[in-house]
Amino acid sequence: MVEKDVTVKNRAGIHARPAGMIVTLANKFSSHIFIEKENEKINAKSIMGLITLGVLCNTVVKISANGTDEGAAVDALVKLIDNRFEE
Amino acid sequence: MSKAFTVLDLLDLELRDHNALNLVCKAGRKGLAKPITQPDINRPGLALSGFFDDFNSRRLQLFGNGESAYIRKLEQENKWETVERIFQLEPPCIVFTNNHLPPDKVMQFSELHHVPVLSTSLGSADFSVRLIRTLADVFAPQRTVHGVFVEVSGMGVLLLGDSGVGKSEAALELIERGHRLVCDDAVDIRCVSGNTLLGKPVNPTLGHHLEVRGIGIINVAQLFGVSAIQFQKEIEMVIELELWDSNKEYERLGTKDQAVEILGVSMPSMTIPVKPGRNIAILIETAVMNHRLKQMGFHSAQEFNQNVIQWLESENARNVYLRKNKDSPVS
Repeated sequence: MVEKDVTVKNRAGIHARPAGMIVTLANKFSSHIFIEKENEKINAKSIMGLITLGVLCNTVVKISANGTDEGAAVDALVKLIDNRFEE
Repeated sequence: MSKAFTVLDLLDLELRDHNALNLVCKAGRKGLAKPITQPDINRPGLALSGFFDDFNSRRLQLFGNGESAYIRKLEQENKWETVERIFQLEPPCIVFTNNHLPPDKVMQFSELHHVPVLSTSLGSADFSVRLIRTLADVFAPQRTVHGVFVEVSGMGVLLLGDSGVGKSEAALELIERGHRLVCDDAVDIRCVSGNTLLGKPVNPTLGHHLEVRGIGIINVAQLFGVSAIQFQKEIEMVIELELWDSNKEYERLGTKDQAVEILGVSMPSMTIPVKPGRNIAILIETAVMNHRLKQMGFHSAQEFNQNVIQWLESENARNVYLRKNKDSPVS
């Protein structure tokens, strides 16, 4: 189990496009990956879950993964969010 | 519950028809951020008359006909100590029922102590029942689950399974076959009155959309009409979809009943293996009908087994009879 906190910095938060990017990236890993905001935990491979989580700009989310490639999965997602989804 | 439930949240709740609280804020708007911590109400009659022992100031205070009449009497006598003391104790909010409007002095206390004064058109009895029901829902143990929640032939069925196993596709086909979608992906589950699980979309404004691989996000209400959606439903059954694992033994007879526990409530469950060529929607439909039949007292698998046993017994008796008669020929 690997966990890491990251702040969402892009202005619009996680809307449909960033959510799509996260899901596409998460699906490249076989681990179970979760994103958590204020005790609400959703599967990072599900786009609707991610959108309904309602992550605004400057919100801290916790990314956790469990599985064979957990470290790589968390690092890749943190990098994507840190890069503001290439916006 | 993750976040504090404030008076503002109470005013913002979208409640309809027989659930509506019809609350309006009359004064003390600065106190709207006050949290409501107890799912209960208090009638402050005793406190108004000066008896403050065991006065529960953390509850919402309800002023009905009696309390309002008493306040009018206090107004005539210009005695405000007890009323002010109630405000000083800072209850989350004060509600006047039957559209009673409190005297200006009460409004001043409200602004001074930041305790919101709300008013409702409902009577006290009606309001208390509705409020307690609402607060019980709000304070109920809650969990968000990754799955798809559908209503199949009137029964709430929660579909679970890993991402990409085909939950949304199964839901889509169920909708096509006349069943209903409650929500996709993130299901907000609440345990009410200890043994009932209610499921609804995490976010009602974003609910009723399905994400289907290859097509994208679709609006189910717009595509299939309002008859294809449901806002909230009791969960009565859990079906887990998983990729067909040839090393795993799947249920063949259906004589054993499985169950899973969600928020301490035991739910009948079933595991359906998925592989190309298996029509999951029809399997789910059949599983649900079979479960309903069980609830009505007819257990297909057990009934079948009973028949087999009966048949074997009669066949056995027949053989014994024939053998006996062969040994002693008929005279």
